[in-house]
Amino acid sequence: MISEKFSKKIESAPLPPKTKDQLRGFLEGKELSDSQFKQIFDRVVREYQSTRIEACEAVGVIAAQSIGEPGTQMTMRTFHYAGVAEINVTLGLPRLIEIMDARKEPSTPTMTVYLESEYGIDRDRAREVSWQIEAAPLNEFGDITTDMENMQVVVHLNTKVCDKRKIAPMEIMDIAPKKMRDRRHYRDFEHKIDEDNATIIFLPKHEESYQNLFQLAEHVRNVIVQGIDDILRVVVRKETGEYILYTEGSNLKDVFEVAGVDTTRTRTNNISEAASVLGIEAARNAIIYEALSTLGEQGILVDVRHIMLVADMMCMDGEVKQIGRHGIAGEKESVLSRAAFEVTVNHLLDAAVANEVDELSGVTENVIVGQPIQLGTGDVKLIAVKPEN
Amino acid sequence: MVPDHIITSEEEVKKLLSHYSITTEQLPKIFHDDPAVKAIGAEVDDVIRIVRISHTAGRAESYRLVTRRPKK
Repeated sequence: MISEKFSKKIESAPLPPKTKDQLRGFLEGKELSDSQFKQIFDRVVREYQSTRIEACEAVGVIAAQSIGEPGTQMTMRTFHYAGVAEINVTLGLPRLIEIMDARKEPSTPTMTVYLESEYGIDRDRAREVSWQIEAAPLNEFGDITTDMENMQVVVHLNTKVCDKRKIAPMEIMDIAPKKMRDRRHYRDFEHKIDEDNATIIFLPKHEESYQNLFQLAEHVRNVIVQGIDDILRVVVRKETGEYILYTEGSNLKDVFEVAGVDTTRTRTNNISEAASVLGIEAARNAIIYEALSTLGEQGILVDVRHIMLVADMMCMDGEVKQIGRHGIAGEKESVLSRAAFEVTVNHLLDAAVANEVDELSGVTENVIVGQPIQLGTGDVKLIAVKPEN
Repeated sequence: MVPDHIITSEEEVKKLLSHYSITTEQLPKIFHDDPAVKAIGAEVDDVIRIVRISHTAGRAESYRLVTRRPKK
Protein backbone atom coordinates (compact mmCIF):
# COMPACT_ATOMS: atom_id res chain seq x y z
CA MET A 1 0.00 0.00 0.00
CA ILE A 2 1.34 3.40 -0.92
CA SER A 3 1.26 5.82 1.97
CA GLU A 4 -1.23 8.69 2.00
CA LYS A 5 1.48 11.30 1.66
CA PHE A 6 3.00 9.74 -1.48
CA SER A 7 -0.27 9.12 -3.23
CA LYS A 8 -1.33 12.72 -2.63
CA LYS A 9 1.93 13.88 -4.14
CA ILE A 10 1.41 11.66 -7.19
CA GLU A 11 -2.19 12.82 -7.61
CA SER A 12 -1.28 16.50 -7.73
CA ALA A 13 1.73 15.98 -10.00
CA PRO A 14 1.73 17.50 -13.53
CA LEU A 15 1.58 14.06 -15.14
CA PRO A 16 -0.98 12.37 -17.39
CA PRO A 17 -3.35 9.91 -15.65
CA LYS A 18 -1.80 6.87 -17.31
CA THR A 19 1.68 7.74 -16.06
CA LYS A 20 0.30 8.27 -12.56
CA ASP A 21 -1.30 4.83 -12.65
CA GLN A 22 1.94 3.25 -13.84
CA LEU A 23 3.90 5.00 -11.11
CA ARG A 24 1.41 3.87 -8.47
CA GLY A 25 1.55 0.33 -9.81
CA PHE A 26 5.32 0.39 -9.67
CA LEU A 27 5.45 1.66 -6.10
CA GLU A 28 2.80 -0.78 -4.90
CA GLY A 29 4.13 -2.94 -2.06
CA LYS A 30 7.54 -1.29 -1.93
CA GLU A 31 9.01 0.17 1.24
CA LEU A 32 10.42 3.59 0.50
CA SER A 33 11.93 6.36 2.54
CA ASP A 34 10.93 9.95 1.87
CA SER A 35 14.15 10.74 0.04
CA GLN A 36 13.93 7.61 -2.11
CA PHE A 37 10.39 8.47 -3.09
CA LYS A 38 11.40 12.03 -3.89
CA GLN A 39 14.21 10.78 -6.11
CA ILE A 40 11.94 8.44 -8.07
CA PHE A 41 9.18 11.02 -8.30
CA ASP A 42 11.45 13.80 -9.52
CA ARG A 43 12.98 11.59 -12.16
CA VAL A 44 9.59 10.50 -13.45
CA VAL A 45 8.46 14.12 -13.70
CA ARG A 46 11.73 15.13 -15.40
CA GLU A 47 11.49 12.22 -17.83
CA TYR A 48 7.91 13.18 -18.67
CA GLN A 49 8.86 16.82 -19.21
CA SER A 50 11.69 15.83 -21.53
CA THR A 51 9.46 13.61 -23.68
CA ARG A 52 6.95 16.37 -24.29
CA ILE A 53 6.98 17.96 -27.70
CA GLU A 54 8.76 21.29 -27.72
CA ALA A 55 7.08 24.55 -28.56
CA CYS A 56 7.40 25.54 -32.24
CA GLU A 57 8.10 21.98 -33.33
CA ALA A 58 6.69 21.18 -36.78
CA VAL A 59 4.50 18.27 -35.67
CA GLY A 60 2.49 18.25 -38.88
CA VAL A 61 5.53 17.57 -41.04
CA ILE A 62 6.70 14.85 -38.67
CA ALA A 63 3.24 13.25 -38.74
CA ALA A 64 3.10 13.44 -42.53
CA GLN A 65 6.47 11.74 -42.89
CA SER A 66 5.76 9.18 -40.18
CA ILE A 67 2.57 8.04 -41.91
CA GLY A 68 3.85 8.58 -45.45
CA GLU A 69 7.07 6.60 -45.31
CA PRO A 70 5.59 3.30 -44.03
CA GLY A 71 2.64 3.98 -46.33
CA THR A 72 4.92 3.41 -49.32
CA GLN A 73 5.31 -0.18 -48.19
CA MET A 74 1.61 -0.86 -48.12
CA THR A 75 0.06 -3.09 -50.71
CA MET A 76 -1.41 -1.07 -53.50
CA ARG A 77 -4.61 -2.97 -53.99
CA THR A 78 -5.79 -5.69 -51.71
CA PHE A 79 -9.14 -7.18 -51.10
CA HIS A 80 -8.97 -9.12 -47.98
CA TYR A 81 -11.39 -11.30 -46.14
CA ALA A 82 -10.46 -9.73 -42.79
CA GLY A 83 -10.45 -13.08 -41.04
CA VAL A 84 -14.23 -13.05 -41.07
CA ALA A 85 -16.10 -15.60 -43.12
CA GLU A 86 -16.59 -14.21 -46.64
CA ILE A 87 -17.01 -10.55 -45.69
CA ASN A 88 -15.00 -8.52 -48.12
CA VAL A 89 -13.33 -5.38 -46.76
CA THR A 90 -11.13 -2.89 -48.58
CA LEU A 91 -7.80 -2.65 -46.81
CA GLY A 92 -4.34 -1.34 -47.40
CA LEU A 93 -3.57 1.86 -49.24
CA PRO A 94 -7.00 2.30 -50.90
CA ARG A 95 -8.65 2.18 -47.49
CA LEU A 96 -6.17 4.66 -45.98
CA ILE A 97 -6.81 7.06 -48.87
CA GLU A 98 -10.54 6.61 -48.30
CA ILE A 99 -10.20 7.60 -44.64
CA MET A 100 -8.04 10.65 -45.33
CA ASP A 101 -10.32 11.80 -48.17
CA ALA A 102 -13.35 11.68 -45.84
CA ARG A 103 -15.46 9.91 -48.44
CA LYS A 104 -19.19 10.02 -47.84
CA GLU A 105 -19.43 6.27 -48.30
CA PRO A 106 -16.57 3.75 -48.08
CA SER A 107 -16.30 1.28 -50.96
CA THR A 108 -17.06 -1.62 -48.61
CA PRO A 109 -19.17 -0.40 -45.68
CA THR A 110 -19.25 -2.86 -42.79
CA MET A 111 -20.35 -2.83 -39.19
CA THR A 112 -19.25 -4.68 -36.10
CA VAL A 113 -22.35 -5.14 -33.98
CA TYR A 114 -21.83 -6.02 -30.34
CA LEU A 115 -24.73 -7.46 -28.38
CA GLU A 116 -25.95 -6.87 -24.87
CA SER A 117 -24.70 -9.51 -22.45
CA GLU A 118 -27.85 -11.68 -22.37
CA TYR A 119 -27.89 -11.88 -26.18
CA GLY A 120 -24.15 -12.10 -26.61
CA ILE A 121 -23.67 -15.38 -24.76
CA ASP A 122 -26.49 -17.29 -26.43
CA ARG A 123 -26.02 -18.40 -30.03
CA ASP A 124 -29.72 -18.69 -30.77
CA ARG A 125 -30.54 -15.25 -29.42
CA ALA A 126 -27.62 -13.75 -31.31
CA ARG A 127 -29.03 -15.38 -34.44
CA GLU A 128 -32.43 -13.83 -33.69
CA VAL A 129 -30.86 -10.37 -33.55
CA SER A 130 -29.08 -11.06 -36.82
CA TRP A 131 -32.43 -11.79 -38.50
CA GLN A 132 -33.71 -8.42 -37.36
CA ILE A 133 -30.71 -6.81 -39.06
CA GLU A 134 -30.03 -8.84 -42.20
CA ALA A 135 -32.12 -7.82 -45.19
CA ALA A 136 -34.22 -10.81 -46.23
CA PRO A 137 -36.13 -10.80 -49.55
CA LEU A 138 -39.62 -12.25 -49.82
CA ASN A 139 -38.47 -15.37 -51.68
CA GLU A 140 -36.84 -16.69 -48.50
CA PHE A 141 -40.19 -16.85 -46.75
CA GLY A 142 -42.20 -18.96 -49.15
CA ASP A 143 -42.93 -20.16 -52.66
CA ILE A 144 -43.44 -17.61 -55.41
CA THR A 145 -45.18 -18.81 -58.52
CA THR A 146 -45.92 -16.89 -61.68
CA ASP A 147 -49.36 -17.95 -62.81
CA MET A 148 -49.32 -17.24 -66.55
CA GLU A 149 -52.86 -18.47 -67.16
CA ASN A 150 -54.50 -16.02 -64.76
CA MET A 151 -51.82 -13.35 -65.14
CA GLN A 152 -50.89 -13.17 -61.47
CA VAL A 153 -48.00 -13.76 -59.07
CA VAL A 154 -48.92 -16.00 -56.15
CA VAL A 155 -46.87 -15.96 -52.95
CA HIS A 156 -47.53 -18.78 -50.58
CA LEU A 157 -45.77 -18.11 -47.28
CA ASN A 158 -44.12 -20.93 -45.41
CA THR A 159 -45.36 -20.50 -41.84
CA LYS A 160 -42.58 -22.70 -40.46
CA VAL A 161 -39.92 -20.38 -41.83
CA CYS A 162 -41.84 -17.37 -40.52
CA ASP A 163 -42.03 -18.90 -37.05
CA LYS A 164 -38.34 -19.71 -37.06
CA ARG A 165 -37.50 -16.16 -38.10
CA LYS A 166 -39.85 -14.65 -35.52
CA ILE A 167 -42.05 -12.77 -37.90
CA ALA A 168 -45.82 -13.14 -38.30
CA PRO A 169 -47.05 -14.01 -41.83
CA MET A 170 -49.53 -11.13 -41.56
CA GLU A 171 -46.70 -8.71 -40.95
CA ILE A 172 -44.93 -9.86 -44.11
CA MET A 173 -48.10 -9.57 -46.12
CA ASP A 174 -48.61 -6.01 -44.92
CA ILE A 175 -45.06 -4.94 -45.43
CA ALA A 176 -44.33 -6.47 -48.84
CA PRO A 177 -46.69 -4.35 -51.01
CA LYS A 178 -45.81 -1.22 -49.03
CA LYS A 179 -42.07 -1.76 -49.42
CA MET A 180 -42.47 -2.42 -53.15
CA ARG A 181 -44.12 0.97 -53.57
CA ASP A 182 -41.89 2.98 -51.21
CA ARG A 183 -38.46 1.45 -51.56
CA ARG A 184 -38.51 -0.06 -55.04
CA HIS A 185 -40.76 2.64 -56.57
CA TYR A 186 -42.80 0.05 -58.41
CA ARG A 187 -46.48 0.89 -58.31
CA ASP A 188 -48.11 -0.79 -61.31
CA PHE A 189 -49.76 -3.59 -59.38
CA GLU A 190 -52.60 -4.49 -57.06
CA HIS A 191 -52.62 -7.12 -54.36
CA LYS A 192 -55.05 -9.40 -52.53
CA ILE A 193 -54.34 -10.91 -49.13
CA ASP A 194 -55.67 -14.30 -48.11
CA GLU A 195 -54.90 -14.44 -44.41
CA ASP A 196 -56.12 -18.00 -43.72
CA ASN A 197 -53.85 -19.60 -46.29
CA ALA A 198 -51.02 -17.12 -45.72
CA THR A 199 -51.10 -16.21 -49.39
CA ILE A 200 -50.75 -12.91 -51.23
CA ILE A 201 -51.69 -12.52 -54.85
CA PHE A 202 -50.14 -9.74 -56.92
CA LEU A 203 -51.85 -8.56 -60.10
CA PRO A 204 -50.15 -6.34 -62.68
CA LYS A 205 -52.11 -3.28 -63.73
CA HIS A 206 -51.76 -3.85 -67.45
CA GLU A 207 -52.96 -7.40 -67.72
CA GLU A 208 -52.25 -8.11 -71.35
CA SER A 209 -48.44 -7.81 -71.16
CA TYR A 210 -46.27 -10.76 -70.13
CA GLN A 211 -43.36 -8.44 -69.70
CA ASN A 212 -45.17 -6.62 -66.92
CA LEU A 213 -45.99 -9.88 -65.23
CA PHE A 214 -42.38 -11.00 -65.21
CA GLN A 215 -41.23 -7.61 -64.04
CA LEU A 216 -43.72 -7.79 -61.18
CA ALA A 217 -42.55 -11.31 -60.28
CA GLU A 218 -38.99 -10.03 -60.14
CA HIS A 219 -39.95 -7.24 -57.75
CA VAL A 220 -41.99 -9.60 -55.58
CA ARG A 221 -39.07 -12.02 -55.29
CA ASN A 222 -36.59 -9.37 -54.23
CA VAL A 223 -38.61 -7.07 -51.99
CA ILE A 224 -37.02 -6.84 -48.53
CA VAL A 225 -39.57 -7.84 -45.92
CA GLN A 226 -37.42 -8.35 -42.83
CA GLY A 227 -34.26 -6.61 -41.62
CA ILE A 228 -32.59 -3.37 -42.63
CA ASP A 229 -32.41 -2.65 -46.34
CA ASP A 230 -28.78 -1.47 -46.44
CA ILE A 231 -27.41 -4.51 -44.65
CA LEU A 232 -26.94 -7.20 -47.23
CA ARG A 233 -25.42 -9.92 -45.09
CA VAL A 234 -24.73 -10.71 -41.45
CA VAL A 235 -22.16 -13.15 -40.15
CA VAL A 236 -22.35 -14.31 -36.53
CA ARG A 237 -19.00 -15.13 -34.99
CA LYS A 238 -17.88 -16.03 -31.51
CA GLU A 239 -14.99 -13.95 -30.30
CA THR A 240 -13.55 -13.60 -26.81
CA GLY A 241 -16.45 -15.48 -25.29
CA GLU A 242 -19.32 -13.58 -26.91
CA TYR A 243 -21.16 -13.59 -30.19
CA ILE A 244 -20.47 -10.62 -32.45
CA LEU A 245 -22.26 -9.77 -35.67
CA TYR A 246 -20.28 -8.65 -38.71
CA THR A 247 -22.32 -7.02 -41.41
CA GLU A 248 -21.88 -6.21 -45.06
CA GLY A 249 -23.42 -2.75 -45.50
CA SER A 250 -23.88 -0.16 -42.82
CA ASN A 251 -26.83 1.61 -41.25
CA LEU A 252 -25.95 2.73 -37.73
CA LYS A 253 -29.22 4.47 -36.97
CA ASP A 254 -31.50 1.55 -37.77
CA VAL A 255 -29.23 -1.04 -36.16
CA PHE A 256 -29.29 0.96 -32.92
CA GLU A 257 -33.06 0.57 -32.81
CA VAL A 258 -32.88 -3.24 -32.90
CA ALA A 259 -33.41 -4.82 -29.47
CA GLY A 260 -30.33 -6.49 -28.01
CA VAL A 261 -27.73 -4.33 -29.75
CA ASP A 262 -25.11 -2.80 -27.47
CA THR A 263 -25.08 0.77 -28.73
CA THR A 264 -21.98 1.77 -26.79
CA ARG A 265 -19.63 -0.68 -28.51
CA THR A 266 -21.18 -1.18 -31.95
CA ARG A 267 -19.11 0.51 -34.63
CA THR A 268 -19.20 1.19 -38.35
CA ASN A 269 -16.36 1.80 -40.79
CA ASN A 270 -18.37 4.58 -42.43
CA ILE A 271 -16.88 7.66 -40.78
CA SER A 272 -19.32 10.21 -42.12
CA GLU A 273 -22.17 8.06 -40.88
CA ALA A 274 -20.61 7.97 -37.41
CA ALA A 275 -20.35 11.76 -37.55
CA SER A 276 -24.00 12.26 -38.41
CA VAL A 277 -25.41 9.68 -35.99
CA LEU A 278 -23.03 9.93 -33.03
CA GLY A 279 -21.34 13.30 -33.47
CA ILE A 280 -17.98 14.73 -34.32
CA GLU A 281 -16.15 13.21 -31.36
CA ALA A 282 -17.26 9.72 -32.36
CA ALA A 283 -16.05 10.49 -35.89
CA ARG A 284 -12.67 11.50 -34.52
CA ASN A 285 -12.46 8.20 -32.62
CA ALA A 286 -13.56 6.32 -35.72
CA ILE A 287 -10.83 7.94 -37.83
CA ILE A 288 -8.17 7.00 -35.28
CA TYR A 289 -9.47 3.45 -34.96
CA GLU A 290 -9.85 2.88 -38.70
CA ALA A 291 -6.49 4.38 -39.65
CA LEU A 292 -4.70 2.52 -36.88
CA SER A 293 -6.28 -0.83 -37.72
CA THR A 294 -5.69 -0.37 -41.47
CA LEU A 295 -2.01 0.32 -40.85
CA GLY A 296 -1.73 -2.33 -38.14
CA GLU A 297 -3.29 -4.99 -40.34
CA GLN A 298 -0.39 -4.56 -42.78
CA GLY A 299 2.12 -4.88 -39.98
CA ILE A 300 2.97 -1.20 -40.08
CA LEU A 301 3.41 0.45 -36.73
CA VAL A 302 2.77 4.19 -36.71
CA ASP A 303 2.68 6.05 -33.42
CA VAL A 304 -0.90 6.87 -32.50
CA ARG A 305 0.05 10.51 -31.84
CA HIS A 306 0.55 11.15 -35.55
CA ILE A 307 -2.84 9.68 -36.39
CA MET A 308 -4.46 11.59 -33.53
CA LEU A 309 -3.05 14.81 -34.96
CA VAL A 310 -4.50 14.03 -38.38
CA ALA A 311 -7.87 13.12 -36.85
CA ASP A 312 -7.88 16.30 -34.76
CA MET A 313 -7.16 18.42 -37.83
CA MET A 314 -9.92 16.71 -39.80
CA CYS A 315 -12.51 17.21 -37.05
CA MET A 316 -11.47 20.64 -35.79
CA ASP A 317 -14.28 22.68 -37.35
CA GLY A 318 -17.15 20.48 -36.23
CA GLU A 319 -17.43 18.40 -39.39
CA VAL A 320 -15.19 15.81 -40.98
CA LYS A 321 -13.01 17.53 -43.56
CA GLN A 322 -10.75 15.74 -45.99
CA ILE A 323 -7.06 16.30 -46.17
CA GLY A 324 -6.72 17.76 -49.60
CA ARG A 325 -7.76 20.54 -51.85
CA HIS A 326 -11.42 20.51 -50.75
CA GLY A 327 -10.56 20.36 -47.06
CA ILE A 328 -7.65 21.29 -44.88
CA ALA A 329 -5.17 22.20 -47.61
CA GLY A 330 -7.77 24.14 -49.59
CA GLU A 331 -8.96 26.27 -46.69
CA LYS A 332 -5.62 27.67 -45.66
CA GLU A 333 -5.37 31.37 -45.05
CA SER A 334 -2.41 31.96 -47.33
CA VAL A 335 -2.76 32.22 -51.12
CA LEU A 336 0.78 31.05 -51.83
CA SER A 337 0.38 28.06 -49.55
CA ARG A 338 -2.80 26.97 -51.33
CA ALA A 339 -1.27 27.59 -54.74
CA ALA A 340 1.74 25.48 -53.81
CA PHE A 341 -0.48 22.47 -53.17
CA GLU A 342 -2.78 21.84 -56.12
CA VAL A 343 -4.52 23.76 -58.94
CA THR A 344 -1.99 26.57 -58.72
CA VAL A 345 -3.31 28.83 -61.45
CA ASN A 346 -6.90 28.83 -60.21
CA HIS A 347 -5.85 29.88 -56.73
CA LEU A 348 -3.62 32.67 -57.95
CA LEU A 349 -6.28 33.89 -60.35
CA ASP A 350 -9.05 33.84 -57.74
CA ALA A 351 -6.83 35.56 -55.22
CA ALA A 352 -6.00 38.30 -57.72
CA VAL A 353 -9.67 38.84 -58.52
CA ALA A 354 -10.61 38.96 -54.83
CA ASN A 355 -7.67 41.26 -54.00
CA GLU A 356 -6.35 38.85 -51.37
CA VAL A 357 -3.33 39.72 -49.27
CA ASP A 358 -0.80 37.13 -48.10
CA GLU A 359 0.49 37.92 -44.63
CA LEU A 360 3.42 35.48 -45.03
CA SER A 361 2.82 33.98 -41.62
CA GLY A 362 3.04 30.29 -42.52
CA VAL A 363 5.87 27.99 -43.52
CA THR A 364 5.20 27.38 -47.23
CA GLU A 365 4.80 31.06 -48.09
CA ASN A 366 8.09 31.98 -46.45
CA VAL A 367 9.93 29.17 -48.20
CA ILE A 368 8.56 30.47 -51.51
CA VAL A 369 9.66 34.04 -50.90
CA GLY A 370 12.94 32.97 -49.33
CA GLN A 371 12.52 34.15 -45.77
CA PRO A 372 13.31 32.33 -42.53
CA ILE A 373 10.31 30.15 -41.59
CA GLN A 374 8.51 30.64 -38.32
CA LEU A 375 9.30 27.31 -36.78
CA GLY A 376 11.66 26.17 -34.08
CA THR A 377 14.29 28.83 -33.52
CA GLY A 378 12.89 30.81 -36.47
CA ASP A 379 9.76 31.57 -34.48
CA VAL A 380 11.57 33.49 -31.75
CA LYS A 381 12.39 37.08 -32.48
CA LEU A 382 15.25 38.16 -30.27
CA ILE A 383 16.35 41.70 -29.97
CA ALA A 384 19.74 41.97 -28.33
CA VAL A 385 20.28 45.13 -26.41
CA LYS A 386 23.85 46.37 -26.59
CA PRO A 387 25.18 46.55 -23.05
CA GLU A 388 26.18 50.06 -22.09
CA ASN A 389 29.65 50.46 -20.73
CA MET B 1 -17.36 5.40 -29.15
CA VAL B 2 -18.70 8.72 -27.88
CA PRO B 3 -16.69 10.33 -25.07
CA ASP B 4 -18.37 12.32 -22.28
CA HIS B 5 -19.50 15.81 -23.20
CA ILE B 6 -20.01 18.28 -20.33
CA ILE B 7 -21.14 21.92 -20.54
CA THR B 8 -18.57 24.09 -18.78
CA SER B 9 -19.44 26.96 -16.45
CA GLU B 10 -18.49 30.53 -17.27
CA GLU B 11 -15.82 30.51 -14.58
CA GLU B 12 -14.16 27.43 -16.02
CA VAL B 13 -14.18 28.99 -19.48
CA LYS B 14 -12.50 32.14 -18.14
CA LYS B 15 -9.85 30.05 -16.43
CA LEU B 16 -9.27 28.03 -19.59
CA LEU B 17 -8.97 31.08 -21.81
CA SER B 18 -6.58 32.90 -19.51
CA HIS B 19 -4.48 29.76 -19.03
CA TYR B 20 -3.78 29.47 -22.75
CA SER B 21 -4.33 33.21 -23.42
CA ILE B 22 -6.76 32.57 -26.25
CA THR B 23 -10.27 33.62 -27.20
CA THR B 24 -13.23 31.25 -27.50
CA GLU B 25 -13.01 31.63 -31.28
CA GLN B 26 -9.68 29.84 -31.26
CA LEU B 27 -11.13 26.69 -29.70
CA PRO B 28 -12.08 23.73 -31.91
CA LYS B 29 -15.73 23.84 -32.95
CA ILE B 30 -18.71 21.57 -32.62
CA PHE B 31 -21.97 22.24 -34.48
CA HIS B 32 -25.16 23.02 -32.59
CA ASP B 33 -26.98 20.13 -34.28
CA ASP B 34 -24.30 17.58 -33.40
CA PRO B 35 -26.02 14.57 -31.77
CA ALA B 36 -23.79 14.81 -28.69
CA VAL B 37 -24.60 18.52 -28.26
CA LYS B 38 -28.32 17.88 -28.60
CA ALA B 39 -28.09 15.07 -26.04
CA ILE B 40 -26.73 17.37 -23.31
CA GLY B 41 -28.83 20.35 -24.40
CA ALA B 42 -26.01 22.82 -24.99
CA GLU B 43 -26.67 26.15 -26.70
CA VAL B 44 -24.70 28.11 -29.29
CA ASP B 45 -21.65 29.84 -27.73
CA ASP B 46 -21.43 27.30 -24.88
CA VAL B 47 -18.05 25.69 -24.36
CA ILE B 48 -18.14 21.92 -24.00
CA ARG B 49 -15.54 19.93 -22.13
CA ILE B 50 -14.86 16.53 -23.68
CA VAL B 51 -13.25 13.86 -21.54
CA ARG B 52 -11.62 11.47 -23.96
CA ILE B 53 -10.12 8.09 -23.30
CA SER B 54 -6.70 8.74 -24.78
CA HIS B 55 -4.32 6.17 -26.22
CA THR B 56 -1.37 8.04 -24.82
CA ALA B 57 -2.41 9.83 -21.63
CA GLY B 58 -5.13 7.46 -20.44
CA ARG B 59 -7.59 10.31 -20.04
CA ALA B 60 -7.44 13.66 -21.78
CA GLU B 61 -9.63 16.74 -21.68
CA SER B 62 -10.47 18.80 -24.70
CA TYR B 63 -12.76 21.74 -25.31
CA ARG B 64 -15.04 22.67 -28.17
CA LEU B 65 -17.09 25.78 -28.84
CA VAL B 66 -20.69 25.24 -29.99
CA THR B 67 -21.31 27.09 -33.25
CA ARG B 68 -24.15 27.22 -35.72
CA ARG B 69 -23.74 24.94 -38.72
CA PRO B 70 -23.07 27.13 -41.75
CA LYS B 71 -25.77 26.95 -44.42
CA LYS B 72 -24.66 25.38 -47.64
